[in-house]
Amino acid sequence: MFEKFIWLEWKAFFRSASFGKSLGLKILMAFLALYFSAMFLFFGVALYPLLKEFDPSGDPLQVVNRFALVYFCFELIFRFMLQTLPVIDIKPLMTLPIKKRKVVNFVLLKSLYSFYNILPLFLIIPFATFCIVKGDYGTLNMLGWIIGVYAITLSVNYLNFIIKKRFTENLKALIPVVLIGIILALLDYLKVFQITFYFGKLLEFLVQNPYLAIVPVIILLLLYKWNQLNLQAKFYLDAHLKGRSTEANTREFGWTKKFGSIAPFLQQDLKLIWRNKRPKTTIYLSLLFLAYGLIFYPNDSYQEMPAFFVFVGIFITGIFMINFGQFVPSWDASYYPMIMAQNISMRQYLASKMGLITFSVVVLAILSTPYVYFGWNILLLNLACALYNMGVNIPILLYAGSFNKKRIDLDKSPFMNYQGTGASQWLVGLPLLLIPIFFFWIINKFINYEIAVGFLAGLGTIGLIIRPSLLTFLEQRYRRRKYVMIQGFKQKGE
Amino acid sequence: MITATNLSKVYNGTKVLNIERLDIPSGQNFGLVGNNGAGKTTFFSLLLDLIQPTTGNIFNNDITVSESEEWKPFTSSFIDESFLIGYLTPEEYFYFIGELRNRNKADIDSFLTQFEDLFNGEIIGRKKYLRDLSKGNQKKVGIVAALIGDPEVVILDEPFANLDPTTQIRLKKLLKELSKTGTTVLISSHDLIHVTEVCERIVVLDKGDIVRDIETSEATLNELEDYFSREILE
Repeated sequence: MFEKFIWLEWKAFFRSASFGKSLGLKILMAFLALYFSAMFLFFGVALYPLLKEFDPSGDPLQVVNRFALVYFCFELIFRFMLQTLPVIDIKPLMTLPIKKRKVVNFVLLKSLYSFYNILPLFLIIPFATFCIVKGDYGTLNMLGWIIGVYAITLSVNYLNFIIKKRFTENLKALIPVVLIGIILALLDYLKVFQITFYFGKLLEFLVQNPYLAIVPVIILLLLYKWNQLNLQAKFYLDAHLKGRSTEANTREFGWTKKFGSIAPFLQQDLKLIWRNKRPKTTIYLSLLFLAYGLIFYPNDSYQEMPAFFVFVGIFITGIFMINFGQFVPSWDASYYPMIMAQNISMRQYLASKMGLITFSVVVLAILSTPYVYFGWNILLLNLACALYNMGVNIPILLYAGSFNKKRIDLDKSPFMNYQGTGASQWLVGLPLLLIPIFFFWIINKFINYEIAVGFLAGLGTIGLIIRPSLLTFLEQRYRRRKYVMIQGFKQKGE
Repeated sequence: MITATNLSKVYNGTKVLNIERLDIPSGQNFGLVGNNGAGKTTFFSLLLDLIQPTTGNIFNNDITVSESEEWKPFTSSFIDESFLIGYLTPEEYFYFIGELRNRNKADIDSFLTQFEDLFNGEIIGRKKYLRDLSKGNQKKVGIVAALIGDPEVVILDEPFANLDPTTQIRLKKLLKELSKTGTTVLISSHDLIHVTEVCERIVVLDKGDIVRDIETSEATLNELEDYFSREILE
């Protein structure tokens, strides 16, 4: 039976819609995987010598053991954000004559082959080897340590699934857990109750008695069993697979009425953003990136390079523009045929998207005004960048958007989610940022700062003035691409 | 109202639709039947300019659909669930379509009262998003939304599929009344009984070709049944 499952997985992988299509994306993913492997391996090899150099009299293993708990906590947090158990895949198998337990076991065992479980090995094994060779630890002792620590890593893997199951639907229930974590961390920091110390002691005890590695392994098996029971009990359509239906939020956004003919679309887009996970996150990201300037403005090393502030200015006033705009019109992928067949002209559709993004730039520009604290020239530059974003970058983004033909599932989390990403998304970022930086740099170098700021603002204003003809151009472009888009948006799957 | 000339669509060398000439006069209840792959949805998609014809043109009220968007104001359609916006409630969806067709909220509310029976209390005021409705209820929403704003041409692909028997009967009544007001209604169906009851004219497609073009009469149902069972009898 297991061969059959593996055969299915194989087919699913090689026949997925995007396989072979987005080679660039795959290269990027492979590169990232290699990069992280190399980083972990490098760190694993360098850890022992580094610690020895830092504190020649100390024992690196003791230091590592003391930090182990912190590491596992971070690992859990990362897994919580990035890793999911692909339960949905078992739906078609439910009616087939396959024992539930087998399917469940397969899903659970499959999770072990995740990249997140392989990475720690690059850290653990080289370090343990150093402990044996350079330190005075026995091979058997360190073997026990390796097994113990790796079993804890895998336990974190399964613990994550249990936590996810219990808390994803009710994130508020996580608050007490997080609070306890913070209190423990504080107590540790204030040296009242050093939990990391005791955890380290436990690991040292494990090194002295390597046969105790059986304890984490038993914990691992228990967590596996718990997951198994959990999943088996939920092996029904109505339990977990169906997806919950939430009570609809019927906020109206009545104020959009002021925007005239594009009002219904604006309203539509606001609902799109508020009610779906992925676009909603772009809002939070935008607010988060507003603080980006704080990294650069107070830093003396950038004061001599005002061109760098253009980057910051474009970025903080345009972060929503970049995050949201690059996926226009893929956001509407699931009902694009309707948009095309309804009484909506392409021009209106594009104008409304432009309107929404322009609005976001205005809001972000207003929110960024407190940066005047760092000087009037920064405020002026930010406003010029906002104008440039509105006049020049929005049309460029929408033009790049006309190359989009990949569907986006609105309800998937955007973290590490490359769905809908194609070459155009990678390429479009460059002109958005590099062109204004280049112009600014040249003019600032040969004339002065004020003219350079004025030039950016001027370009933006010209863009705003000729927006109607830009719209006409975009409209024709989108109409030519219409059939390819409709076809592409139909392709479901990764 | 609708004219197709020399219309064909080729996918990877296979002709999936080939219509030399088809005229659908204004106000006609037009039915399209045929087995899977006969080209029904292809024809409707061409009519809505969702795919590009390989050769030929479709004119909707003398407007070439692939060249101008002017047909959109008087044409409405429901092809499949990609015509619904999943994250809206049914009411919001109706209001949205209403706004696209110059109907305000009050217009839509009074328009919807006539469908209270059809909705059976499962659609309005339930605070559910469209994506959470059952297939049948989604279909009801799509069909009703396609009637908003007194369109002159209504295109429905497989309107009877997934509907419960009561709703099928109500829908048949609705479609018959619609054609009395002069609306051109185009439907496709696999159900010969429904289509003969509703449509004044039935065109049978087979692998993209028009093989029968029938004015509906008492004998039509038998004729169609004979046609579709001929392969089995041989």
